Amino acid sequence: MSEWAAIVIISIGVLFDLFGCIGLIRLPDVYTRLQAATKAVTLGTCLILAGIAVYAIGTQRYPTAVKAFLCCAFVLATSPTAAHALARGAYRGGIKPTPSVVDEYADAAADSPPGDADEEA
Amino acid sequence: METFAWAAMSVLLVCAFMCLIRIGQGPTPADRVVAIDILGVLLVGLCALLVMISWRDFQLTIALAWALLSFMGPIALGKYLEGKPFDE
Repeated sequence: MSEWAAIVIISIGVLFDLFGCIGLIRLPDVYTRLQAATKAVTLGTCLILAGIAVYAIGTQRYPTAVKAFLCCAFVLATSPTAAHALARGAYRGGIKPTPSVVDEYADAAADSPPGDADEEA
Repeated sequence: METFAWAAMSVLLVCAFMCLIRIGQGPTPADRVVAIDILGVLLVGLCALLVMISWRDFQLTIALAWALLSFMGPIALGKYLEGKPFDE
């Protein structure tokens, strides 16, 4: 029973990883690639780890399950933070979203130009 | 179950190869850094799937340490993209 649950959860996670990486290849500029790949791959990796935890609980390997949940929490905390830092660095570094219609971050970034001490960080 | 783990790992290897393509041909440095970040998260999943084959716990410990270390790299590279020195 827990074996089939783990297979389903891990399959969904691997599919999310695959779609995120296809987005990383196919999308046109840095920000669209970042949002597609980061969100999909974070969820996919967390689902893989959750599936492993489910299977480990089903076969009474409790330390493995605890480690898998801990790893899931770390990925869920660190990966969006790194993506946020990358998007901010790319924008401050002068890369504009190419086919953009609205750029609402321009005002906020203009308030504290690069080189100043940034309070909003 | 092991067959399933090998299949999932091969799909993740295809994903990692796509990330390598983006690292190779990314037009700006930011594209390459994004692909490095995604590759780190993918490798955490790959290490975790190795656990399903051998059931040795230390591979999950490696995945834990890799999750934290692959967090520090893109943070530093984001500072580099911003054009600031690291100590600021």
